[in-house]
Amino acid sequence: MFDPMANAPPLWSNGPTPGSFYNFPGPQTKPNDHFTHSQSPVTTATSIVALAYDKGIMIAGDLLASYGSLARYRNCPRIMEVNDNILLGAGGDYADFQYVKSFIEQKIIDEECLDDGIKLKPKSLYCWLTRVMYQRRNKFDPLWNNLVIGGIQDGTPFLGTVDKLGTAYTDRAICTGYGAHIALPMIRDAIEKKAQPLTQAEARALIEKSLEVLFYRDARSYPKYQLGIIDQDEGVKIEGPLSVSQNWNIATIIKSV
Amino acid sequence: MFRNQYDSDVTVWSPQGRLHQVEYAMEAVNLGSATVGLKSKTHAVLIALKRASSELSAYQKKIINIDEHIGITISGLTADARILSRYMRNECLNYKYSLDTPMPLNRLIGYMGNKMQHCTQRYDRRPYGVGLLVAGYDELGAHIYQTCPSANYYDCKAMSIGSRSQSARTYLEKHLEELQSSSLEELIKHGLRALRDTLPPEVDLNTKNVAIGYVGKGQPFKILEEEETSPYLALIEGEERRGGGASAEGPADPLREDAGDDGPQDPVPAVAMDTTE
Amino acid sequence: MSSIGTGYDLSASQFSPDGRVFQVEYAMKAVENSGTVIGLKGTDGIVLAAEKLILSKLHEPSTNRRIFNIDRHIGMAFSGLIADARQIVEIARKEAANYRSQYGTNIPLKYLNDRVSMYMHAYTLYSAVRPYGCSVILASYDENEPQMYLIDPSGVSYGFHGCATGKAKQSAKTEIEKLKLGNMTCKDIVKEAAKIIYIVHDELKDKNFELELSWVCKDSNGLHVKVPESVYADAERAAKQAMEADSESDTEDM
Repeated sequence: MFDPMANAPPLWSNGPTPGSFYNFPGPQTKPNDHFTHSQSPVTTATSIVALAYDKGIMIAGDLLASYGSLARYRNCPRIMEVNDNILLGAGGDYADFQYVKSFIEQKIIDEECLDDGIKLKPKSLYCWLTRVMYQRRNKFDPLWNNLVIGGIQDGTPFLGTVDKLGTAYTDRAICTGYGAHIALPMIRDAIEKKAQPLTQAEARALIEKSLEVLFYRDARSYPKYQLGIIDQDEGVKIEGPLSVSQNWNIATIIKSV
Repeated sequence: MFRNQYDSDVTVWSPQGRLHQVEYAMEAVNLGSATVGLKSKTHAVLIALKRASSELSAYQKKIINIDEHIGITISGLTADARILSRYMRNECLNYKYSLDTPMPLNRLIGYMGNKMQHCTQRYDRRPYGVGLLVAGYDELGAHIYQTCPSANYYDCKAMSIGSRSQSARTYLEKHLEELQSSSLEELIKHGLRALRDTLPPEVDLNTKNVAIGYVGKGQPFKILEEEETSPYLALIEGEERRGGGASAEGPADPLREDAGDDGPQDPVPAVAMDTTE
Repeated sequence: MSSIGTGYDLSASQFSPDGRVFQVEYAMKAVENSGTVIGLKGTDGIVLAAEKLILSKLHEPSTNRRIFNIDRHIGMAFSGLIADARQIVEIARKEAANYRSQYGTNIPLKYLNDRVSMYMHAYTLYSAVRPYGCSVILASYDENEPQMYLIDPSGVSYGFHGCATGKAKQSAKTEIEKLKLGNMTCKDIVKEAAKIIYIVHDELKDKNFELELSWVCKDSNGLHVKVPESVYADAERAAKQAMEADSESDTEDM
């Protein structure tokens, strides 16, 4: 359609244009402090699966860092031992995680230097990371991660998570990313079926099953993973690389239509 | 004009390696009324002597709460104390906001020490002219800290600062062993007796001139109201008073700042700033 | 001091006619009024020892420590004003953290020493500030190599095998020179360090003191820590015995 007014020249230089809203002549005032921050992750890690059991917590995550859909780096640990009572697991942008890791490490060193007998506690780290993530989000420059914090505080296992928006919650079972859809319902089901809290062995079996199912379903997952455990009696350890058990027998039955 | 030529600024070292301006600021603490801090395993108590600046004025506030678990008493320039207490409140809030746990005393005091030190090294500043006794309870237990204008601070079993406080310190040193296992009530009694030792014989403690604050395990910092202090005062009433305070030092009536028309006295710095600690 | 009262000693930014900056020298006097601190380098690490004078019975024993951690692998001892020293601790920690964030490794002590001494030196250049009233000893054990530096209020620093600062630095140095540091390990040095602090302590002028001992060495896995309690107890016992033996032989002489 031809609209003669759409491209009409202004009545005079810098003057109003016929048929459009009037603009003041002269320089236009636009905000000049807006710029685009990170709006998408680059090298990413997928789900974290975490559980609290009767005497501690467990956090698992595979070792893959994907570049888009490419399985680019296959030995990227993302469970961090913060101190002997806190584990941190992270999904999302791997570079952002490394940044988070480095400033947490420095925070721990600062605290060790004080040597005052006061140690960072899981809930404190959880709270602090929530503040950090939320403030970065409000600056429109988020750290593109899902963080899971676990440990034992005052004799009870603690698990908390915070995402890139600063949304934070605590729960007995936490799965991030694809795991929230695939693994979490399965884990909740297992927890609810049992009246008592899980034992360590049960928790481990549940996590192994979750990672297996995730490996079948999540195209960004990987069969090599690490498992971090904090136990009241055994202390902290990170096991791995461990392998996801796989069974592809039924694959031959599946026919594509 | 000056006592010596090296006491004009905080930026000037004397040939003996002393900072006279800082030492003079330390003297400001001794001009305030006495205050006592003491602790047991489970509680920390602050007891302070309040002054009224005139017949018509109220008694000056000596105990300030900082956070649920921390309170302070002050001796020296009240206005300086208000700046410091605002700072401490702020730090406590920030700590709690970011870490969801009450701020440990030693960290708070450490930050404040560093803040105060800046004022002892720059030409455009003066030291804070106030000493504080900080009482608190944190995960490491009960604490009494003393802070000075020199930016020194001390982790104390018990302490007293302010005018004529030496008598109180003598009392505290004598009873140091008992404090550890004392109950809250006993602690307050010890504190009141220590404070009473700083008074001249013709003056006694009463509900108007005594302030009591305490904090402990499961006990948020609490400042007692006037009527709440009287039961504690009654506990030590009638006890024989030790000779403390009868000496001629200081103004005759420590409860009235305007007593006498002597005008401002030139303080004689008795204690050199401790360069050792 | 010859130029006292000539008016050339009131500002750090002023030279006296004979080319001295008196304010810096006066700041060093503050250091000399303070308890003695020593640092000894052995084959496998460094031991720091301090004489902490106790000012009041009412203080907790742990208050006002004179040996600090700067980083996991770096320790610092000071003599002089503690409030000033704490500022140095702050900036040393910041420099160590800054180096780590930029290079991803522990800061070598050489670099930390450079940065801290430059900082202290800056406070000797202006009339608006005063020089720091403390000397600090920095010690580290990194890459299997012990290193130690002493920085004065002037900002001047040197590397040392054994150094002392504070009240009795002269007699402490004399004692240190008697040792064969070149072939001693930290285990032995700890005892010698404790002995030296006990020997140079002036019982007449200063009443009570507390011995502080820390090390950064192979045994501590390259971490700067207080010496373990058993080591501390042994060292203190050895020092006290040495003192007793000393005073006995003194009385025999008489």
